[in-house]
Amino acid sequence: MRHSLALTVNGQDHALELDTRTTLLDALREHLHLTGAKKGCDHGQCGACTVIVEGRRINSCLTLAVMHDGDAITTIEGLGAPGDLHPMQAAFIKHDGYQCGYCTPGQICSAVAALDEIRADMPSHVSPDLDAPATFSGEEIRERMSGNLCRCGAYSNIVDAITDAAEERV
Amino acid sequence: MRTFDYERATSPAAAAARVAGTPGARFIAGGTNLLDLMKLEIETPAHLVDISRLAGLDRIEETPEGGLRIGALVRNSDLAADRRVRRDYAVLARALLAGASGQLRNKATTAGNLLQRTRCPYFYDGNQPCNKRMAGSGCAAIGGFSRNHAVVGASEVCIATHPSDMAVAMRLLDAIVETVRADGSTHAIPVATLLTLPGDTPHVEHGLEPGELITAVTLPPPIGGTHVYRKVRDRSSYAFALIAVGMVVQEDGSGRVALGGVAPRPWRVEDADALLPRGARATVEALLTGAKTTSENAFKLPLVERTLVSALAEVRP
Repeated sequence: MRHSLALTVNGQDHALELDTRTTLLDALREHLHLTGAKKGCDHGQCGACTVIVEGRRINSCLTLAVMHDGDAITTIEGLGAPGDLHPMQAAFIKHDGYQCGYCTPGQICSAVAALDEIRADMPSHVSPDLDAPATFSGEEIRERMSGNLCRCGAYSNIVDAITDAAEERV
Repeated sequence: MRTFDYERATSPAAAAARVAGTPGARFIAGGTNLLDLMKLEIETPAHLVDISRLAGLDRIEETPEGGLRIGALVRNSDLAADRRVRRDYAVLARALLAGASGQLRNKATTAGNLLQRTRCPYFYDGNQPCNKRMAGSGCAAIGGFSRNHAVVGASEVCIATHPSDMAVAMRLLDAIVETVRADGSTHAIPVATLLTLPGDTPHVEHGLEPGELITAVTLPPPIGGTHVYRKVRDRSSYAFALIAVGMVVQEDGSGRVALGGVAPRPWRVEDADALLPRGARATVEALLTGAKTTSENAFKLPLVERTLVSALAEVRP
């Protein structure tokens, strides 16, 4: 069963005709050849496939491409490029926020959106007071990034990188 | 994943009629649970009706009675961030924020969260018997690894738990589910009775008719009090509950309590609420009357009591 759809990925429009089973992740990787977003567990458990859809971070492996007809999607390739890095990308390099790098595109997309969520006053499990505005802290980052696993265990440097990027943007 | 036809719904009633009238059809919205199970071919719909863009179902509105009407498609993250929910129904915001990850909460919907399937590992393993996945095939959890399984409300053929945190808060708050059926009629079902106990038919998990679509979940007016949601799990984030305690306690010590992680549905025993002023021991005895444990999950009984002791100490310093 095939279905046609349009996606705007990193500002560029694409018309696709895909098997209805195609996940957004497979559409990005296999059909648009944007291989930054990674397939880790393919079940929404590891976060390596995280991309930003209509301003929200989601697991691209757990959604059908056909359900995103007309949506605007930002992948790691759209955040920045060599010579013109996004501040979060630069912070990950500065703080050595990775080892093998496989989870890194998902970590960076997730971190960029997580900071936006704090700015949009979205609370988290560790927010002490739900009546108070959401605020940034190391504890908040560890909780908000729990959907992104790093098997190399670069977590402490990842938190340092996100903290640095957050302070730069304040 | 098996092949399927796909269409986008035009209205709730049309979607209900379409699913009711099409063999093997299912609704899809957030998809975080359904697609996970479709990849494993545990769910094998032949036809998906996409309700994710139905207009108006993604709003949170105040009801004339002073409560909140939460559209079926409201994302878990948006519901937890809503200022009215944070102020008046904090136990619901806390339960939502204790569940899943930021990415999943951005996709998962209010109605889908209620109807999500168990995370019993034997339900997920197609090579194991499971009466929920395949009626009559047996239960590998009974006598198997049962650390995460139910201690109340289960049956001789299924000991799976309902995994939702949000549903525990909805049950505690006496939420009502609104539905539309294939004939266009609308219905109201308390969350208390939406999910059924397994009995001899663990593959039947709710009383909704084929094609009956949840359109909203309504909360009664705020009840005040101090709201607590305590979730105990194997790691501090992004894990399902071993046990969870949702509680609202008033200044005079009266209140209500519901449990997660211990039963096939959010677990509340109204008689237990009246015992809250007498303390955790009496309350838990009423909540867990008739509990049946395995050697691996017997720890849940003292864990519920200790968590309730701790939660009560938090609200009555």
